[in-house]
Amino acid sequence: MFILRRMGRMGLFFAKTWYYLFRPPLKMSWVIKQIWFIGTQSTLVIFLTGAFTGMVLGLQGYYTLNRFGSTALLGPMVALSLIRELGPVLSALMVTGRAGSAMTAEIGIMRISEQIDALELMGLNPYRYLVVPKLVAGMISLPLLTAIFDVVGIFGGYLIGVNLLDVGTGTYFGEMANYLDLEDVLAGVYKSFSFGILITWTCSYKGYYAGFGAEGVSKATTQAVVLSSVLILFWDYVMTSALF
Amino acid sequence: MIRIENLYKSFNGFEVLKGISCQVAQGEILALIGGSGHGKSVILKHVAGLLKPDRGRVLIDEIDIWSLRRVELEQLRSRFGFLFQSGALFSSLTVFDNVAFPLRETRKMSEEEIRKRVMTALDQVGLQGAEDKYPAQISGGMIKRTALARSLVGNPEIMLFDEPTTGLDPVIAHTIINLIQSIHKAYGFTGVIVSHELSRVFQIVQKVAMLHEGVILTMGSPAEITSSQDPVVRQFVTGALEGPIKIR
Repeated sequence: MFILRRMGRMGLFFAKTWYYLFRPPLKMSWVIKQIWFIGTQSTLVIFLTGAFTGMVLGLQGYYTLNRFGSTALLGPMVALSLIRELGPVLSALMVTGRAGSAMTAEIGIMRISEQIDALELMGLNPYRYLVVPKLVAGMISLPLLTAIFDVVGIFGGYLIGVNLLDVGTGTYFGEMANYLDLEDVLAGVYKSFSFGILITWTCSYKGYYAGFGAEGVSKATTQAVVLSSVLILFWDYVMTSALF
Repeated sequence: MIRIENLYKSFNGFEVLKGISCQVAQGEILALIGGSGHGKSVILKHVAGLLKPDRGRVLIDEIDIWSLRRVELEQLRSRFGFLFQSGALFSSLTVFDNVAFPLRETRKMSEEEIRKRVMTALDQVGLQGAEDKYPAQISGGMIKRTALARSLVGNPEIMLFDEPTTGLDPVIAHTIINLIQSIHKAYGFTGVIVSHELSRVFQIVQKVAMLHEGVILTMGSPAEITSSQDPVVRQFVTGALEGPIKIR
């Protein structure tokens, strides 16, 4: 019963957020600020994660493919793994850790310090000011961050496969072009777009209903990161089964 | 006019308000006094429409606020000013932007007009020169005065003060009470004030309600409360250790 009630409240929160998203005015300056926070400020961590993931894929992929004498397929293997799966999922997990937790803490602190009440008292809707801009920023930022992750990861694989091992540049990129379809890229975009919604929804919700005091906010932040990460992996499975 | 009728509210099965009824006439200030945790701030939040009662009604100018649609409630709230216990300033905005915020977001005013009104409000609360500072860079008293300026900048008809002097030194606390008094004289708002600064608050209010264990124990003028022979009121007003009030 308790879990059902919580799920209902979370669903209602989601519905209200979408209601205010389509009810003008959209607070553009708040959206831009959130894009800066969720997107721009996550670039470095995405760049580093993407690079090392691509390098590991290059290394592991090369040794695995070498057993079957098909190292020429290293490029497609790295690219497909990144674009279809690892790029969207790892980007989303990194954004959850970096920006999602901060989102929950920010809204949670605003809740316990009565700033959300103050907004309501001014006749302003907290969803419009606090939640909708984060949702829009998440939907815009996540696909872009994932694209950066994918590109950097492919070059990470290139660095290992071509520069350290004996795969040719033409083979690496040429085979990639042969095996990679637009559908693969679009699937990655759909996934990252939906993860953007998932992260901002979960993390904003947890902050909005944070408990009392510092303990309440810290508990909400932990729960937001855990719930968001689990939902990302669950939703990734659902989307993979539906898309491929 | 504010009218509260038979208000009940529970949190997690614990009944905080057990049938509160009272009335504040136009232009009058009511002081809500009582021990900590007896529901004074909960009443204020009901008046502001931030909490929904389990039972009972809150009427503003004879309109039940929970009979209003969300948009109407938002419009009604713009007639309110609320001074929160913590100030509730937006930490990412400067003092000036905090005070300007409600004007920028709810009124169609030019930036020049906003600047004029904000500077007047800051001047009223003695905060000239602090407009570029952030909440983290100013003292508790300045935070309260900024919050007071923010709640007054829209010329509210109803002002609600939740412990406006808590945590402040006596001089600053006195200044805040004097400010509320002078602003009340200037604007004539209807108000409710929750405070433990009894002697000072009694000088600026017309009516006092003593809240005890979820009910209004007694209500009257400050003089009547001060001379009350009710043992609970007596103990609370004098601060005596011995008496019927249980420390919890």
